[in-house]
Formats: sequence, structure tokens, C-alpha cells
Amino acid sequence: MTTNVPVIDAHPTVPGLPKNYLNCSRGFMSWAGTLDHKRIGIMYLIGTLLTFLAGGVFALLVRLHLWEPHGMLFTNEKYNQIFTLHGAFMVFLFVIPAIPGALGNMVLPLMLGAKDVALPRLNLLSFYLWLSGAVLATLAIVLGGFDTGWTFYAPYSLYTNQAVVTIGLAIFLLGFSSIFTGLNFIVTTHKLRAAGLTWFRMPLFVWAIYATAILQVLATPVLGITVLLVAFERLYHIGIFDPRLGGDPVLFEHFFWFYSHPAVYIMVLPAFGIISETVSVHSRKPLFGYKLIAFSSLAIAIISFLVWGHHMFTSGQSTYAMFAFSFLTFFVAIPTAIKEFSWVATIWKGSIALNSPMLYTLAFLIIFAIGGLTGVILGALNVDLHLHDTYFVVAHFHYVMMGSIALAFFAGLHHWWPKMFGVIYDETLAKIACGIIFVGFNITFVPQFIMGSQGMPRRYATYVDEFHGYHQVSTIGAMILGSGVALMVYYLVASLLQRKPAMENQWGGVTLDWQTPTPPPLENFYAPPKVTHEVYDYSTLDLKTLQRPVS
Amino acid sequence: MSHDGHHSVVIPAPGPEFVPHTVAHHFDTPVQEFQSLKLGFWLFLATEILLFGGLFAAYFYYHDLYPETFREGGRLLSWKLGALNTSVLLASSWTMAMGVRSAQTSQKKKTLIFCGLTVLGAAAFMVVKFFEYKSKHDHGLVIFTELFSGYDEAAKQLPWFKDYDGAMANVPHGHMFFAIYLTMTAIHGIHVLIGAGLILWIMKGTAKGRFHAGYYLPVDLVGLYWHLVDLIWIFLFPLLYLVP
Repeated sequence: MTTNVPVIDAHPTVPGLPKNYLNCSRGFMSWAGTLDHKRIGIMYLIGTLLTFLAGGVFALLVRLHLWEPHGMLFTNEKYNQIFTLHGAFMVFLFVIPAIPGALGNMVLPLMLGAKDVALPRLNLLSFYLWLSGAVLATLAIVLGGFDTGWTFYAPYSLYTNQAVVTIGLAIFLLGFSSIFTGLNFIVTTHKLRAAGLTWFRMPLFVWAIYATAILQVLATPVLGITVLLVAFERLYHIGIFDPRLGGDPVLFEHFFWFYSHPAVYIMVLPAFGIISETVSVHSRKPLFGYKLIAFSSLAIAIISFLVWGHHMFTSGQSTYAMFAFSFLTFFVAIPTAIKEFSWVATIWKGSIALNSPMLYTLAFLIIFAIGGLTGVILGALNVDLHLHDTYFVVAHFHYVMMGSIALAFFAGLHHWWPKMFGVIYDETLAKIACGIIFVGFNITFVPQFIMGSQGMPRRYATYVDEFHGYHQVSTIGAMILGSGVALMVYYLVASLLQRKPAMENQWGGVTLDWQTPTPPPLENFYAPPKVTHEVYDYSTLDLKTLQRPVS
Repeated sequence: MSHDGHHSVVIPAPGPEFVPHTVAHHFDTPVQEFQSLKLGFWLFLATEILLFGGLFAAYFYYHDLYPETFREGGRLLSWKLGALNTSVLLASSWTMAMGVRSAQTSQKKKTLIFCGLTVLGAAAFMVVKFFEYKSKHDHGLVIFTELFSGYDEAAKQLPWFKDYDGAMANVPHGHMFFAIYLTMTAIHGIHVLIGAGLILWIMKGTAKGRFHAGYYLPVDLVGLYWHLVDLIWIFLFPLLYLVP
């Protein structure tokens, strides 16, 4: 039955043997004070899904408001707050922490054959920093909201009479949550690998999380000091970003994007990692170009530090800097394309099982191709001068953030759901929801590409009549997308209530995360695993023994 | 090695006045635990450097933009007090290193003495810093009581920067040097206080006999932190006090 481990009986029938991580202890404190990476992962999962739903509600409000050219629901000021909330919640509370925090925590130690992450207390601290950030962000809404956009551009963020310091503090805490998670995963990957698990036998999800962690550790402190400086600027007017006092607001943009462009890869690299797993398992084929995918993650991590200026083509930089930033932006497309082609080549002649994780994966592959290529278009200097701050940009990064990252997150969620809870959701509903989300997503954002290319500016509460039709189609698409997500939430929650048991190895994976009992026991493995085979080696997979139902 | 958590790896105490150390359950060996925490701490130090990196970037940017402001501002700082504080911190780095060495050789008393001297160094640093801040306050260069009074839109004036002596009258945006001086030294000062707190915590553990030749990792890590605090000051001192 095993490819990676010597025979371990994952199904001890002797009564009284250790229970799994979900039922081994009970009570509020057994969760709130837990040091178990899997329970912390579950808490992250619940938290980030709730903020995702909140951010989604804000998005729907934005789309509803734009049903009419003069705006339907809010005053212009209120509209500014709503789209800011949508951006800030989605970016800082969902997209950045969700995959590493929830799925990374759950799966990474399992994949490494470790008993836990290297620094479990720090891991719990990361979660509580995230929670404090979420509470402060919510508090900022109560304290009057904030209307700066998620980018907090100076000097507006210095002058606006709103709760910028509160949300700034929230982002500072969320930043350190992200730093500590990354730090933990780097140490875990270096020091806690099972015997025989060499670097090139690690699953690609681990490689992706590792590359992400490097970015989290090296880029996020710069965001920390940036929001701190904005807070100081508002509290005692140091003048660093304030043009009235001789400061330079463009310096803020440099600081902000020095973090926030790498942050784009903090968001997307874990998604790449998930796709590498799902595409291989559900095609039952070793990944095409394993080393290329692994190294392209590192290449993306490095190059991503050198492209921040492409967010500032209209902000006033030297022409030579813009030329370099534009070139490097094209350059980052190469390792990214290596991944996309490798995934497609993995599916080629595989034994493809169209399970719901695979459907989400296929949706990702299509959407990400569009999201990535439109990024190359925007990286061209002259084109960007026309498209900057239009809906074309909005559509581009939603194709990446929502269409790619969130869908990859869903793919991973469906892929590891049976592992996490030992239950399986309604597969038919899952496939329907995936279809609804895919269709709704494209209906939402294709019109935004079109109106963007025609000059519809982003962040406006009103618009001219000629864009009316596009906006209405986009709003309808958003409603379809929203109903797809609602359906997903329904059947996932229902699966926990109905408790239909999953298989021990639901999809026939061969990495170590599928070699533990389902759900895993407290310390993950009954005996220390030893890896003797290459990764993604499906040759000896015996489905009959692997796919016993969870007892 | 047990995986059911019933018995763990224990590093024995070298003597009756020491406490044995139990390796955390998820590590297989003491070496694995030592290396993991050390790697993690070095990564944390890297984030500290990057955090200060933003401030250094701001320093160089505005130094380039307003060179006269930084030249005149730097002249108003007392390089003698700065040099005194630099010597204090350098000496405290030596006492900290000796403290770590003493812990590694299970010399409880010496560890306590050297860590105590380091805390005294931190206190001396903060006292000198206090008098420096006070002098800036008295000359109206950084009026601490007015820091949070907001920007006076009508008079186009910063309440915390009055420059009573007119020392910065001939340079553009005279407050800029002092804003950066204050922000950098204050954030550094907070690190000095955190470091002192951590060393006190180490002393408490040392008194209880937790650290010895078999297990001295926390002493080692706090030592690293203290050296970083020292190192950052070594860059701040010439940039702020000596460049003019």
C-alpha cells in the first residue's frame, strides 16, 4: 500500500489506542490554548472563511451600488468606505493568511512527516495576532470606517478624518502574524523533515509554502514600518510622507509596494502549491517538471522583490527605472509560465478523475492563464499609461486574486476536507457550485476588462451612461458568483453535520499527508515515517487497501 | 524515542543547583531543538533589520533631499553624549557575551553578575538618552508635551517644533531631521527596554538554575538580540551625530 513509507498500519483495531486530533480532548480551552498545528489550522480556516464572507458581502454591496450610473445605495463617501473595506478585508484578512494559515498549518507538518511545526507556541501567537488584527479592523468600521482604499496612499491617508490609525495598527499586527507563520514554516521545513525526505522529495506544496515564507519574512517588516510611519505621521506629524512638511508621498508608494508587490506572490505562491498537488493526485501522474516548478517558486520569490515600480508608472519615476521595472515585470512571467505549462503537461495522458478538487483546479488553470497574461499587458509601459487605474487593472487582479487564488484555495479545501474532518461533502453539489462560481466569476469580470480598456476608472461611485450595460452584466455575474459561494458554504457545513465518512485516502494521494490515519492522531504518525521513494510515485498505489472508509 | 508522549528526551542537570531540561515533545533530539530555535531567531533578527531598513531608507532619502537640514541638525546633537552611549552599549555587549559564556560553562553566579551589568548598561543608556531628549525639548527642537497636538493648519506650524534659538532657521524643513532622529532613536530605545526586560527574565531563569552547560539556548538568543540592539546603535550614532 505504501510508496513513501514502510508499512504502517494506519487502522489500529486495538481498542483504546490514541484518538484523532479532533476528539482527543474537549472543551473551549483545548482549542483556544491548543499548540497542535491542525487545530490552529482549523481555527485559521474558520476565521479566514468568515472574513472572506464579510469581504464578499462588501463586494456585492459595491456591485449593487453600481447597478445605476449615479449609484444606487450609498453616498459617495460611504461607497469609498465600502470598497475600501472589501479590499482591506480580502487582502489582509483573507488572501494573505488563508492558505498558509489554514491549509499550510494543516498539511505542511503532515507532508514533512513531523509531529508539529517547529515552534508551536509561536504558531498559536500568529493566530492570535491574526485574530487581534481582525478585531481591530472590525473596530475601525465601528469607529467611523476608513476610505483610503486598501493601499492607504499618502497624502490622503494622512488627512482623511477617519480611523486610519486603528486599521494601520490592525495591519501591523496582521503583518507580524504573517511573519511568524513564515518563520515557523522555514524552520519546520529545514529541521523537521522525516528520515529520507530530501529536498527534492518534498511535495511541491511544501516548496511553494517555503518560497512564500521567505517573502513573508523579508518583505512584511517593510510594511510594518510603513504603516507605523503613517500612524506616527497622523499622530505627531513627522513629515516623512506629508508634502506640507517637506515629505514625499511617492516615498510612501515605494515603501508600500516594496512590500505589496512581493505580497502578491505571498498570496499566489501557496495557491500554486495547491494546484501542484491537486493536478498530480487527480491525474494520478507524477508532476511534469518537478524541479522546474520548485525552482520557479524560488525564482518568482526573488524577482518579485524587483518589480514594485510597475505599480507606479504614473507616479513620477525616472524613465530608466520604469524601463527596468517593465522589463523585470515581463521577466517574472517566465517562471510563472513554466508552472502553468508544467501543470497542463501533467494532465496530458494522465488518468484524470474529474473530482470537485480537480474541477476547481481546471477552472484555476483557465482563469490564471488570463489573469497572468493580462498582467504582462499591464507591464508594458505605454499600455499601462492608458490602462492605469481603470477597471482593466481591477479585472486583471481579480482574475489573479479571486479567480486564481480563491479558486485554488477552494481546490485545496475540497482536496484536504476529508483529511481534516474525516467526512466527505456532497460531491454533486460541489461540482455544481464549482460550475456556478466559474461562470459567475467570468460574467463579473469580462465586462470589466472591456469597460476598463474603454476608460472606466476604478474606485468611482458613479459613471457615465455608456458603461451602464457592462456594469449591470458585471453585477449579475457577481450575484451568480455569490450564490455559488453560498452553495459551497452550505454543503461544506452540511457535510460536518451529516458526517458521511470519507475514505482513508480519499483521492489516492501518495505524499505523507495521505499516509496518516484520517483524521490524523494528535502527533500525526504512530511511528516516525521514513521516505524511501521519490515524490508523486503512483506506481505501487493499491487503491483497494487505501480507500477503506474511515472507521 | 517515544512517539506516544509518555517519556521525553531529558538533558540532565550538571549539579544539584540546576534543573534538568525536557526537550519539547515534537523534537526528537536536543540538537534538533537547539538548531530549530536558533534558525528561527536569526530569521526574526532579519525581520528586525528590515524593519529598521525602512527607517534607514527614509534617513538617506531625506539626507539627500535636504543635506543642509541634516548638517545643521546633526550639529545640534551632542556627539559627546552619543559617544558615551556608544561606549556604554559596546561595553554591555561584552558583558552580555560573558554572561552567555558563563551560562555555557554552568557558572550561575557569574551569569547573574554579567547579565546584571548588562541591565545596568541598558539603564545607563536610557538615562543618557533622557538627558539628550530633555535638551532637545528645552531648545524647542522636539517639544515632547506638544507631540500629539496636531498640525496647526492656519499658522502652517508644527506645535512640537518651535526652534527657540533659531538654529535651524536658514535650512528648509528643519523639523525633518528631528522627526527622523526622534523616530529612529525612540524605536531603538524601545528595543533597549525590551532587551533589558528579556535579560531580567534570563536572570530569573538563571537564579532558578534553568540554564547550564546542557541547556543555555534562551541565554544565547537573548544575547543575540542584545548584540543586534547594539549593532543598530552603532549605525545610528555616526549617521545622526557624526555625519555633519
